[in-house]
Amino acid sequence: MTEQRYLRAYGDRDGDGMVQMSFTLGILPGDRAREAAKRFAEAHGLRDPLVTAMEQVSREYTYFVVYGHSPHIVDMSDIHVEELAAQPLTREDVEAQGKKLGRKIVVVGACTGSDAHTVGIDAILNYKGFAGEKGLESYKCFDTHNLGAQVENEELCEKAKALGADAILVSQVITQRNCHKENSAALVEMVKAQGFRERVMLLLGGPRITHGLAVELGFDAGFGPGTKPNTVASYLMEHYVGRSYPAGSAGGAGGAGGAVAKGEP
Amino acid sequence: MARVPVDQAKVDACRAYAADVANDVQHFIDRHTTVGVERTVARAYGVDGADGEGTPLANVLVDRIHRAGHAGWGVSYFLGRALAEGAGSIQEAAESLAYSEAADVEPGRVSGAEARAALKEATAAAIARIDEARDQREAFKARFTPAPLPLKYVIVATGNIYDDALQAKAARYAGADIVAVIRATAQSLLDYVPEGPTTEGFGGTYATQENFRIIRRAADEISAETGNYLAQTNYSSGLCMSEIAWMAAVERLDMLLNDAMYGILFRDINMQRTFVDQYFSRRIVARSGIVINTGEDNYLTTADAVEKAHTVLASQFINEAFAKRAGLREEQMGLGHAFEINPWLEDSFLFEVSQAQLVRQIFDRHPVKWMPPTKFKTGDIFHSHVHDAMFNLAGIMTGQSIELLGMFSEAVHTPLLMDRYLSLKSAKYIFGAARHLGDEIGQWKPGGIVESRAVEVLDRAHELLEEVQRETIWDAIGRGAFGDVKRTRTGGKGYRGVVARHEAYVNPILDALEGTEAP
Repeated sequence: MTEQRYLRAYGDRDGDGMVQMSFTLGILPGDRAREAAKRFAEAHGLRDPLVTAMEQVSREYTYFVVYGHSPHIVDMSDIHVEELAAQPLTREDVEAQGKKLGRKIVVVGACTGSDAHTVGIDAILNYKGFAGEKGLESYKCFDTHNLGAQVENEELCEKAKALGADAILVSQVITQRNCHKENSAALVEMVKAQGFRERVMLLLGGPRITHGLAVELGFDAGFGPGTKPNTVASYLMEHYVGRSYPAGSAGGAGGAGGAVAKGEP
Repeated sequence: MARVPVDQAKVDACRAYAADVANDVQHFIDRHTTVGVERTVARAYGVDGADGEGTPLANVLVDRIHRAGHAGWGVSYFLGRALAEGAGSIQEAAESLAYSEAADVEPGRVSGAEARAALKEATAAAIARIDEARDQREAFKARFTPAPLPLKYVIVATGNIYDDALQAKAARYAGADIVAVIRATAQSLLDYVPEGPTTEGFGGTYATQENFRIIRRAADEISAETGNYLAQTNYSSGLCMSEIAWMAAVERLDMLLNDAMYGILFRDINMQRTFVDQYFSRRIVARSGIVINTGEDNYLTTADAVEKAHTVLASQFINEAFAKRAGLREEQMGLGHAFEINPWLEDSFLFEVSQAQLVRQIFDRHPVKWMPPTKFKTGDIFHSHVHDAMFNLAGIMTGQSIELLGMFSEAVHTPLLMDRYLSLKSAKYIFGAARHLGDEIGQWKPGGIVESRAVEVLDRAHELLEEVQRETIWDAIGRGAFGDVKRTRTGGKGYRGVVARHEAYVNPILDALEGTEAP
């Protein structure tokens, strides 16, 4: 399918711009509250907003659902996003390339800092993987080390050096007040300071991670929600076998975040 | 309830294996103490406050004795000796032992029995403090009609205790029965309890005694306002397991997450440390009437929920055995399990119902805690809400006691005000609409999917318990028998805080707790 250049939200009929939003406001239900919700939606650019739900959720707050028509249009020719997940190699291709490489790619992964949520790093690295997609441990071409949760950057660097890591995978799930950014950027600085940045690929993953954000923080690549182990495997293999990634160009449907499927990276 | 077949002989055998497993660990526990246990004892005796850097006096005191190599005597020995030698108060003795250069932390001059005798009044006062808080809570609760089961449990996790208090009140307003204030993610690894009210932390704010008071006050206020009791829960786990249990007991909390197995597997807490800490924390919990929640549900977030369902059941038997050895009544044992099967698997709902019903029947007096789907949650909040609805349906059908309600924003952020409201609304609807569904069904198709699954899970739990009994829990955890996570006996955090008890070990608080029947 060729990509449309101009995109509008589509609900029932072409061009209707239909969207839904829900929010709470610090007012109790009533006619004034309904009007407030409508104006709030209008302030976001929605035309003819319809307040479809208005329910009191606490002593002070009311919850609203509003439908309305968004006039906004996105021009796809302005979007320049690298599509990491566009066409990953199949498992067989990854393994075949691995044979060519003639050695295993050493991968070390962890949830760093105070983050205790291993679901993402486990889904990508562990043999079992997630939802039928086996993790990097199941590939013959990778030597995988999952250090688990709450690993400090110092410890991660030490292990990575000791294991001769080709790639470090960092998972950051907790994002309150941007702690994931600070912690990830600190790792990049540490790797640089310890003088092995040139020898190692740095990959960042998590529900709030995009490739753009990861690059901005000094990583080589970033993987958002729904990333499958195979995408990461493919990315690493293509890097080490020295073939350029299939040009994603400005194409694809998803924008940031890549292929949206089940699971968190 | 639509019952599943349960082979009682097999259940009895499971309990017998679990008893052996727990006895083996209890033998270790009875010969050891930890810096965490000793700090708890100090706090129970009224040792209070922190230095300018925020290090609690209890830590400085116990660390000094530990560094001198005498923690095996028990902090009580040193406090009791100071009293016997004329100290004005325990606080004064503690400050002197902690901060004074001249303080003597070598045992001697006074016998263990003499130190113990000097603490007689203080011990009675410490126990009375737990009893008074319990009586106060029970008296206040008695003013309200008990909520129908399953109790609706929601979390607040703003990271600021004052916002948490506001959200807790809103949760009760929207129909919640229990509110859990989530802790900062790394608190389980802190080897001290922070002081005072806190307004920061990632994924939640700190568990502190002052924060417990702030939430209790808010919960009491909204209970009175709405005419329904709002229960409060927090986390007695990690390196300060027993200290938090003591704080919760005296600040009138209703429930505590409390599970050494969880800490070992998912927080990499040293197993020796946390088994000893757990025992003391459960002794306090038993006395205070708090209901514990165990964390078996987490196994299914790292291991497959179909393949490893039996590990949850096996662990529940073990947790029950540990709890019994600490004096808990069954009515205080909120054993955990979860709705974590891949929702796209055909008949996944039948498997969930079967497992939930099995746990319900085997632990029939226990307030079992049923956890919502998390592992297969995505940012598709609309689908997530449907997924939670199925969880609610299974919960009401199988008569679960405590239901932690799923949030449609599970994979997105900590729950917003409206997320919690919609979750409670959905639970209210489903619990009402299907209130007697389980009773009406009466019996599942004989030999069908639900029945067969229940039989299989119990059979496999029985096999696993037999293995664990043979190899001991230490080695079973070492080979990844639970949650597919492997831990070693001396690995993990907090191992350095484990101490063999000296033959003169003094801990009158523990003696008092062990000497009493559960209230």
